[in-house]
Amino acid sequence: MTGEAVEWRPTAGLTALQRRAAMLAELRAFFAERGVLEVETPLLSTETTLDVHLEPMSSQVAAPGIEGRRMYLQTSPELAMKRLLAAGSGSIYQVCKAFRGGERGRWHNPEFTILEWYRVGWDVHRLMREVAALIETLLAGSRRLEPAVYESYGHLMRRHAGIDPHEASSQALRRAVADGSSPVDTSGLDRDDLLSRLFGERVETRFAPDRVTVVFDYPASQAAMARLNASDPRTAERFEAYVGNIELANGYGELSDPAEQRLRLEGDLANRRRTGRPLPPTPSRFLAALGSGLPYCAGVALGLDRLLGLDLQAGSIDEVIAFPVERA
Amino acid sequence: MASYNMNQVRTGLKVLEGGEPNVIISCDFIKPGKGQAFTRVKMRNLLNGRVNEKTYKPGDLLEGADVIETSMQYLYTDGEHWFFMNPDTYDQVEADAAALGGAEQWIREEDICNVTLWNGHPILVAAPNFVTREVVETDPGLKGDTSSGGSKPAKLETGAVVKVPLFIQTGESIRVDTRTGEYVSRGKT
Repeated sequence: MTGEAVEWRPTAGLTALQRRAAMLAELRAFFAERGVLEVETPLLSTETTLDVHLEPMSSQVAAPGIEGRRMYLQTSPELAMKRLLAAGSGSIYQVCKAFRGGERGRWHNPEFTILEWYRVGWDVHRLMREVAALIETLLAGSRRLEPAVYESYGHLMRRHAGIDPHEASSQALRRAVADGSSPVDTSGLDRDDLLSRLFGERVETRFAPDRVTVVFDYPASQAAMARLNASDPRTAERFEAYVGNIELANGYGELSDPAEQRLRLEGDLANRRRTGRPLPPTPSRFLAALGSGLPYCAGVALGLDRLLGLDLQAGSIDEVIAFPVERA
Repeated sequence: MASYNMNQVRTGLKVLEGGEPNVIISCDFIKPGKGQAFTRVKMRNLLNGRVNEKTYKPGDLLEGADVIETSMQYLYTDGEHWFFMNPDTYDQVEADAAALGGAEQWIREEDICNVTLWNGHPILVAAPNFVTREVVETDPGLKGDTSSGGSKPAKLETGAVVKVPLFIQTGESIRVDTRTGEYVSRGKT
């Protein structure tokens, strides 16, 4: 036989496969010790995120009793896990696959592994500390991390970008983005796009390589499913955790008000309609669960492949997943 | 030329940016978990060699640049331009000093050079990686002093000055790596 060799081999080495297995055992021990229940929810669901920056993939499902129904591969297990919380599960965690169309790069693969967990009765700051503790525990064998730092989004943007993200005019943001080291045509970028560009270029690049940096109090316009801060409603109880400038986790003090949640979903749908994106159905089971009462809780999703990559000092996600999308 | 969207950009692609040809040397997909995706592209300007970075949105397009690399034979220079010929078609092009960028101090008539053409015009000329050239001027080094690793400057027939071992004499040919400008060995001619 001649011709091109078929790429059948994994891109991850055996060491990475072994370390992944060990890391899964370690994180299960971490949560078992803390009394958090492991759960499973469907990867394929009729309800999905409406977030304008996420591109859910879908499949046509037919089975006895189900006639050609469009179902979505989850972009995260958030909706289903909140239904469990509303049903009285108590604190829960899940390790599962998530799928996001259009995302491929050094630290992105359209299919990736998420660790998501919820702490009932906890506020967001307590969860932030647990996230840092988990990361430090899982990286303990490979890295000596400096103590985690916790900084507000507004403070970081003022310090490193010279911009007050909660007050600056869109015009000022546009100017700042256009003046950056990696200029971008700002037409068509809204206020949050501009903020996210500035944050990525001016702030994330300053994070110390060997420590967990937790950023909290994101602008209310980027609240997603976080509740607004009671003390400053310009901000939301949303946080992100980084090691170096690699974004690892995104968490919320969870929004439990069904009316507010419905309004945000309608806003997302309007945004999707305006930008010509697909329009998944309003997640009515999720909203019904909120209506019956989501307990006070905080939750977070963490990209496990990236954490494994950090642990192994890998140069890309391909080094830690057996078969990235091109070989899948 | 074709346009490329952000799913098509890759290392090595030649594109127009600011009206000038660039070669992409890296591209990074950047996407916050909850935020707009961007592609950060690092590219080298083929006219001046400068490396620039720019960020693109998912809907942005990059226009392809008509840039090809081809082997051409060096014919002669009139002091201002250097003339090269496509050995298959006999088409001739003239390159200026900016395109030569130093290659002129290595090349000799009939050398086959790698020429980068943009819209048919040469923008970059690379001398062959190795050339054998005659030394036209060097100090007569001390005989027997070959083990000390000493070196001296030697001027070549094409104009370049390279460091050579002390035993090399005027009139000898030497082999040189034009990428580093370093002496390799005595020539065979």
